[in-house]
This record gives sequence, C-alpha cells and structure tokens, in this order.
Amino acid sequence: MRTLRRIILSLFLLTVPFIAAQAQESGRVFVSSEKDNAVIVFDAGTLEKTAEIPTSERPRALQLSPDRRLLYAACGDGDAIDVIDLEAMEVIDRLEVGDDPEMFDLSPDGKLIYVSNEDDALLTVFDIAAKEAVAEVEVGEEPEGVLAAPNGSVVYVTSEVANMVHVVDAETHELLANTLVGNRPRRFALTPDGSELWVTNELSGSVSILDTGSYEVTEEIAFEPQGFRRENVTPVGIVMTEDGSTAYVGLGRANHVAAVDVAAKSVREYVLVGERAWGLALNGDESTLYVANGLSDDMSVVDTASLSVAKSVPVARTPHSVVVVD
Amino acid sequence: MRIIAAILFFLLAVVPAAAETVTFGFLSLEGDPRYSESRLDMRLPAQPWGKPDQGAEVALRESRFVGSALGVEFDLESVVVAEPKEAASALDAFIEQEISFVLLDLPGELVAQLAQATAGRDVMLFNISAPDDALRQTACSENLLNIGPSRAMLSDALAQYLVRQDWRDVMVLKGEAPEDEAVFAAFERSAKRYGLNITEVRPFVLGSDPRERQRNNVALLTSDAEYDVLFIAEASGEFAREVPFRTQHPRPAVGAAGLTPNFWHWAWERHGAAQLNNRFERQAERFMTGYDWAAWIATKAVVEAVVRTETTEFGAVADYVRSEEIVLDGFKGYPLNFRPWNNQLRQPVFLTMPNWVVDRAPFEGFLHETNNLDTLGFDERETQCALSR
Repeated sequence: MRTLRRIILSLFLLTVPFIAAQAQESGRVFVSSEKDNAVIVFDAGTLEKTAEIPTSERPRALQLSPDRRLLYAACGDGDAIDVIDLEAMEVIDRLEVGDDPEMFDLSPDGKLIYVSNEDDALLTVFDIAAKEAVAEVEVGEEPEGVLAAPNGSVVYVTSEVANMVHVVDAETHELLANTLVGNRPRRFALTPDGSELWVTNELSGSVSILDTGSYEVTEEIAFEPQGFRRENVTPVGIVMTEDGSTAYVGLGRANHVAAVDVAAKSVREYVLVGERAWGLALNGDESTLYVANGLSDDMSVVDTASLSVAKSVPVARTPHSVVVVD
Repeated sequence: MRIIAAILFFLLAVVPAAAETVTFGFLSLEGDPRYSESRLDMRLPAQPWGKPDQGAEVALRESRFVGSALGVEFDLESVVVAEPKEAASALDAFIEQEISFVLLDLPGELVAQLAQATAGRDVMLFNISAPDDALRQTACSENLLNIGPSRAMLSDALAQYLVRQDWRDVMVLKGEAPEDEAVFAAFERSAKRYGLNITEVRPFVLGSDPRERQRNNVALLTSDAEYDVLFIAEASGEFAREVPFRTQHPRPAVGAAGLTPNFWHWAWERHGAAQLNNRFERQAERFMTGYDWAAWIATKAVVEAVVRTETTEFGAVADYVRSEEIVLDGFKGYPLNFRPWNNQLRQPVFLTMPNWVVDRAPFEGFLHETNNLDTLGFDERETQCALSR
C-alpha cells in the first residue's frame, strides 16, 4: 500500500513541472479534418477544443498569411482554398484555384498562392487579390508538395510519379531544374540559410537533401525505427527548427516522428506517436511539436525537450495539417 | 565509300542523339475469348474489362516528363496475332527491331513457349495476365517477369482473410474446365497452408437443363451442407455471378464471386490510386482493372530502371529491373520489386466486392522473416523454379 502511495506521489510530482510548463502556453492550435469538413481549434495551454470552423469539403493543407491574421485551407473536394479570418473565426472567402487542391504555399509577400494540381500535372500560380490564376506551369504527374523560397526567387514542387523535385523560377515561371530524388516525394523543408532543401520520400522511406546551388542531391537519410518493416516507414510531413538544428519528420505508418540532427544528418531519436503521423507543426518557442495522426483521428502533443508525448488529443475524422498561432 | 562510312561513324559517335527512344512491344491474340463482347459486357470481377495496352499508354504519358528531362522517349507498338502459332514470329520481329521489352497478354502455355524460345536473347518478357502457377514454378524463365499475381497468390490472400475472420469451414463449388481445376488446386494448397478446412467439393455445370439440376441449381447444389463460406472455383466467373444470395443457407460466397481476390480495383483510393484511376478513365473511357494495372506497372518498371541507371542499354536496364534495389510504386502502399527466385512481382492483393475494396492482404499476424508480401504465393523455400542467378 505504501509502495502504491509512493508511486502515485511520484507520478504526481512528475506531472507538476509539465503542468507548470503548459500553463505558460498561450495561443491556438488549428487542425484540418479531412472527413468532418472543418478546422478544429484547440487552446494551446489547456488543449481543450474551443471551436470548430466549418469549411468546404475535405480541408487538408493549412497556411497562415504573413501577417498571421488569415488562415488558408485547401479543400480538395470543395475545389477551393477557403480563407478563414482568425479574428472572426470563420470562412470569409473561397478562392477557386482549380480542381482538388491539396498542398500549396504563399509567396513571401502573401499575394500569390502556388498550388499543385494533381490531376492536370500543373503548378498553378493564383493571384489572391485578382482572384484568378495568373500562370500555369507544367510539371511531372501528381505534383504534391509546394514550397516558395522565403527570398522569393524560386518555387519548389514535387512530382510523386516522376519522382522529381521541380525548381520553378518565381518571376518567369520557367523550370530551372528537374532533380530526381527518392520514390514518391511528398513535402519540403528548407534550412534557414536556404542552402539545403529537404524532401521526404514516402515510398523510399527516406529524406533526400538537395543543394540549392547545384540542385543536386547530396545526401539521403533513411529511417529505420525499431520494430517496423521498411514498407511501413512512409515519411511525409517535415518541419525544421528556426535555428536549423533539428528537423522533425512524420514517418506515417511507422507511427513515429524522427528527430533529426540537421548538421550531422543523422536521426537523434524516434518518438512513438499515433497512427499514420504526417502533419507536423511547432509552436513559437519550439517547445512543443504537434502531430496530426491521420488514422487514429487524434493529435500527439510532443514535448521537444524530452522528446516524449505529453498528451494525445482526440481531434475529428482524419486530421491532416496543423498550424499554431501563438 | 569507306571514307564516307568513317565520317558517318564519327558523326554518329560525337553528335549526341537528339532523343533516344525506348519502344515497348505489346503482343496479344485475336479472338481471345476473354475479350469477346458478351464477356466484356458481364463486367466480371477480377477479369479484364478491355485490352490492357491502355494501362501501358497511361504509363507512357506519365513518363513523358521524366523522359524528356533525360532525353529519352518512350513508345509502344501493339501487335495482335491471328493465331497462337504466329506469336513466335511476331516476337522475333520485335527483337529484330530492337524492341527488347515486350508485354505479353497471352495464354499461359504460349507465354512459357515464347520465353523458352527466346532464352538468352536480348529481350525481356512481361507476363501481364496469365495467372498459371506453372509460370512461377516449373515453367519459369530467366527472361520472363510475372507481373500479375499467380493463382497461388490470389488464393493465399483469400485464405489469410478467411482465417483472420475465423471462417474456417469452406465448401467448394467446382467447375469442369481445366482452368477451374487449376483454381481449385491453388485453393487447396492455400487451405492447407493456412489451416482452412474444406468440408466438401461439389461439381457444378453451366446451363439450365432440368435433368442436371443437382449440378446447375445453386439452391440444390448447396443443400444439406454445413459450412461457413462457399468457395466458387471457377476461372471465368460466369457461373459464379449467380451464386450469391441463392444458396440454401445464408452463407457468404467467396472466390469467383462475392468476395473476390483481385490485384487492382477502380474503387481503391489510397496511396494515390484515385489519381491513377482518373488518368486511366480519361485514357480508356472505362474503369481500370488488374490487367490494365499490370501493363501499367510493367512499363513503369522499365522506365524506372532507365531513369535510375541513366542508360537505355538492354543489359543494364534488365538487370536493374530484376534487382532488389528497384523501388516500384504500384499505388497499393508497399514498395514493390521482383522475387529473385521466380521473377514474380511482389505485391499486395485486394479482397474486393463489385464496388469496394474490403481489405488488402497480407494481413497483420501473417508474418514473414524478410518481407510480408512473401506470405502470398510461392516462397523461396517451396520454389520449383531454378533460375541460374
């Protein structure tokens, strides 16, 4: 009995620092739910659900406007990108960017949307103010991940079928390079100095690293969490810390997130999360990593100092992407 | 004259070719009963719904971008022979035109003959549609790659499903055609392998002759029997489509109707499948089947090898296609490659209804020491195929 009491007490003591840390959290966490046609909102401190914003059908990728007052949500079956006002907490506009939008990025000035159009093998450049497409760039079949370089020079797009990263000139919309990477390339992260582009390869179970000067692949990092077969390692989501020291990679069906030492290009640790962990986001001070688990309908909240899951929060059906507004 | 030849040779050697072309061959048979109009109209599960060269066409379209980046054009030449005996000379004609990657949509015996006749030559044959187990066992060939699953793989997938559901007592309705016997033989092997109990085997015949009603009437065929599920051993599925809901006892039908093992389905939507189905429907104006998928992935395998090896030289490309290094994206959720012991494409198998994919084998709990996909079909231990590699 005394042992039990001691265990309970020590468990309580263990949780105290975490509760204290949590209390300092402020802000909101936004998660898109593909099947419930909504963006679910959580209080970052209490992790209580505070709102549900109905959207067009099948919201997936989320992006904040540069002034952080608007949230864009690509709604695949709604054939539109919904614009959510973060003050009013509702959809205030719908941008008809083409069929079945999934992944997109904003230009650094927030005026343009670059969106991949899977069915037509196009990257569409959409002017938000004019509400019309201003350019279309032909790329390989099933374009997916899009990343606009923060210096505004180029846009990177993956083609899941051609197994390529396309480098598109942001001014002329010409293809500067088509670089072969691993199989089924999905999403990107850029090092803070812009010198390395990291791309996740879902089917190869790896990350390819491109030198952005030569557009050549310089390295590939394979993921091998213990107890999982190679075919279950399906990396998709990726985020990098602002100082460029750590990259977090969602390993999908392997139900883990890998914390990768960016300089050493090696995996520091694997964190067990929910099922099909893909969508990732860090909060402002990077103390917390939020992981959308597409097949267990929940979100893992990872303490990045200890690299352990502090809590898992039920979200809604098929959570896709996470955005944190501190 | 010799000088001109030398100059010409010099020019050819130094001026890079504007674009190299890799042409695929596609060989099929006129009057193939699988493609008769009446058969196509039935939309039978796990049967072709049209000529599968359309799948290869989709793969070629997908490869244009990556091809142009490499300076390689991919092309397809389809030849339909009037008689099986003309197939060998049609294949020779391909080889003479340096068409080295040839997709065969032909009966299993003919596939085996062609593979034997061309052994050692610069040609790689892709068996798109013949499910014969022999092509993976005693009649295997070095230069023959089996793309679609064998009967053994299909029935192993079904057997795993039945075991997982704990539906272990299986009654069999068996047709009389040699292909139906082959379906039954494969199922018997799977039943033994996974511990299913075949309670009884009852032969059926097609038709409505009242004197044959004990063998052509489903209610009578299934009377006085105790079982969990009814397996219909029929290669074509023509009789099977009348079986579900006509049994005496309320028991599910599996096999050629009801729950059918299949290697592609138009309703499969994960792993990018929805986009592939859309591309195929735009190309062929019909739904995509496993046969179309097989022609598609065979073409993709060669393209992937050309892209990764950066050459169109036959030996290098053929070696890479068969190496375990290749990563093929079949849109079924596993990286695919070929079994080195019998040149069979490793792949998951779907358990399907007419409008839905119920599940995908291999299932959790059916483990293999190296690759779970090798729980389907002939594993290295039981191979009767002696490839020289």
